[in-house]
Amino acid sequence: MATHQPSNRELWEAVFDASTLRDADFQTMSGIPLEPVYGPDDGEFPGQFPYTRGPYASMYRSRLWTMRMFAGFGTADDTNWRFKEIIKAGGTGLSTAFDMPTLLGIDSDDAMALGEVGRCGVAIDTIADMEDLYSGIDLGEITTSMTINSPAAVIFAMFVAQAERAGTPRAHLGGTLQNDILKEYQAQKEFVFPPRQSMRLVRDTIDFTAAEMPRWHSISISGYHIREAGSTAVEELAFTLANGFAYVELAMQAGLPVDTFAPRLSFFFNAHIDFFEEIAKYRAARRIWARWMKERYGAAHERSMQLRFHCQTAGVSLTAQQPEVNIVRTAIEALAGVLGGAQSLHTNSMDEAMALPTEKAARIALRTQQVIANETNVTHVADPLGGSYFLEALTDEMEAQAEHLFGYLHQLGDGSMLEGAIKGIEENWFQGKIADSAYDLERQLNAGRRITVGVNAYTEGNDEAQIDLLKITTEDESRQRKRLDQVRHDRDQHAVDSALERIRTEAADSSVNLMPALIDAVKVYATLGEIMGTMESEFGRHVEVPVI
Amino acid sequence: MSERILIAKVGLDGHDRGIKVVARILRDAGFEVIYTGLFQTPQTVAAAAVDEDVDAIGLSMLSGAHMTLAPLVVEAVRKLGSEIPVILGGIVPDHDLDQLTAAGIAAVLTPGATAVEIATEVRAVLDRANT
Ligand code: B12
Repeated sequence: MATHQPSNRELWEAVFDASTLRDADFQTMSGIPLEPVYGPDDGEFPGQFPYTRGPYASMYRSRLWTMRMFAGFGTADDTNWRFKEIIKAGGTGLSTAFDMPTLLGIDSDDAMALGEVGRCGVAIDTIADMEDLYSGIDLGEITTSMTINSPAAVIFAMFVAQAERAGTPRAHLGGTLQNDILKEYQAQKEFVFPPRQSMRLVRDTIDFTAAEMPRWHSISISGYHIREAGSTAVEELAFTLANGFAYVELAMQAGLPVDTFAPRLSFFFNAHIDFFEEIAKYRAARRIWARWMKERYGAAHERSMQLRFHCQTAGVSLTAQQPEVNIVRTAIEALAGVLGGAQSLHTNSMDEAMALPTEKAARIALRTQQVIANETNVTHVADPLGGSYFLEALTDEMEAQAEHLFGYLHQLGDGSMLEGAIKGIEENWFQGKIADSAYDLERQLNAGRRITVGVNAYTEGNDEAQIDLLKITTEDESRQRKRLDQVRHDRDQHAVDSALERIRTEAADSSVNLMPALIDAVKVYATLGEIMGTMESEFGRHVEVPVI
Repeated sequence: MSERILIAKVGLDGHDRGIKVVARILRDAGFEVIYTGLFQTPQTVAAAAVDEDVDAIGLSMLSGAHMTLAPLVVEAVRKLGSEIPVILGGIVPDHDLDQLTAAGIAAVLTPGATAVEIATEVRAVLDRANT
């Protein structure tokens, strides 16, 4: 007897009907009711493998994206205050920007930190700063992301220890640690240890979160920085996913079954100004990830195959000339992220090309998301551009071009994507490709083949006085140094010494997970610089051979 | 013989897209370009510039530390008894310009500077230094 084979639509409907929906009227302004998704009965639906149309059946009908504004400057107190402003203004997630010394794992009183403390983000030296940073914020309630990589494990240890002291057990903490070290060598350039030693710390954090922190995203595999450093959209897509495969292989080599950690991997993409190409990129990314996870890495759980991503509009597309125009660019880019199905979004401020954002500029950027979310009705229908001949063809083409680049890395790594990624870094392959693409674009601009409004065309208005900018004083730097002095003075030095000694011993034995030792060290107020310095004595230091 | 420019990243700033683009722009404009790589100090830059006997130093600074570090580079170069001009590019708000000029920075180029503007400015700085 032939049984009824349910159509894709019926399968999707069953999942959709079981989803909780937001309380909203899903119709146009004229009152035309809208379906949650459009397409043929036997086509692919959102929430269905390979998830081209979105990871979930009901997408924004259930939950809008998280409006997660990247923020941080000065001392922990300054940033804590900005975080609270963001929450008051309707931000629904936090994202922490650290200053350069913190990002490179040195203390505020290090000679190399001169002039850099608190300038590009918040200065964190010890767990005491971490306590101030999130003071009065319920970390069991709002999710937090931390943009940090080389010292990620140490900062994460401070975060966990601080939250537990404030009463939130680690298992309840929700958020994301960027922790994507491969793209540091390729693009962001905040490296400390050599690639292979750094990967050991990444392994330790994946392992630790898989065992103890079910709500935490252990890595945010980031294409954003690769793109901002100059890559094309295809390279962003391919390099990011290749890095993702490398982390999967790393964890599997460490003995973790794929479905124990893969659901906690998340992604971070750029939303640049080439509207359709960006949307196609997100769709292609979901499809590639799903296929590789299932077919190559043997994932069985849906969540291991569903690519979820945070998205940030392209800082590099914004201009110092006529900065108000940046609001328009950011709106278009943010819309691409939303039409591409982002789970979380940061929108840049109009003063991006001049300084860290003022409160007002950051508020307008957040309002841009709120306009898209509340006024445009684009959230009613999942993957609204799916089925467009143009967009489908572009999605397929980006997937094919990315696969071509994977082929190269696969060969470079002798069949291992992990080896391919590391060798690609050691041989400057990624760095060279990115620099070439950056220069290509620059040449197009200089030749007038690409127009940037206010830069190489429509320059009337460029001579207006600069808008008000955020100023960070050098007082913050001296305040932070005094604070660090005080902490060093008040702590139990003996406890610090033995905590550091334990880190040194355990760093030398790659079979040990360093997270427990790091957590114990930060609790006795060992500084970020001391801990990183101790690990460096075992791991060594990465030196880039620059190519121009 | 073409003129030699040392381009450098001082401090912790890792933004290197701009400096790599500028390296190629200058090269295409006929200059010989030497790049220090990341994480230099004012002293290492000054020493390299004097060692290599360059005609100008180009700093690229995007992380807001220019008011502290750019003047220190000029100082370090002068301390070695050299008059090599120092050019600054990157994220520099207008309100910092006067102070930078007073500290001896020969020219400042900011986002959106075209290949022609960069080559012209560097040329002008070299011509001024040679008279
Ligand atoms: C791209 C970018 C990144 C990329 C960098 C990739 C890379 N490898 O370069 C990524 C995403 C990794 C990144 C990270 C960060 N960034 Co960033 N980034 C930018 C961005 C958007 C564009 C810079 C750029 O490359 N432009 C394109 C190039 C071609 O232009 P350019 O460098 O300005 O160079 C031109 C001119 O200035 C001039 N020029 C420059 N140098 C020189 C030198 C000479 C000799 C000459 C003649 C000319 C010249 O000519 C060039 C051609 O026109 C700027 C904002 C902006 N729109 O400018 C922020 C910006 C510089 N970043 C910022 C910050 C805070 C960071 C982070 C610290 C964030 C964090 N807390 O995690 C990190 C630090 C990274 C690091 N390692 O240092 C801030 C700095 C704040 C400040 N100065 O007060 C900015 C201003 C953004 C902002 N408003 O917040 N960033």
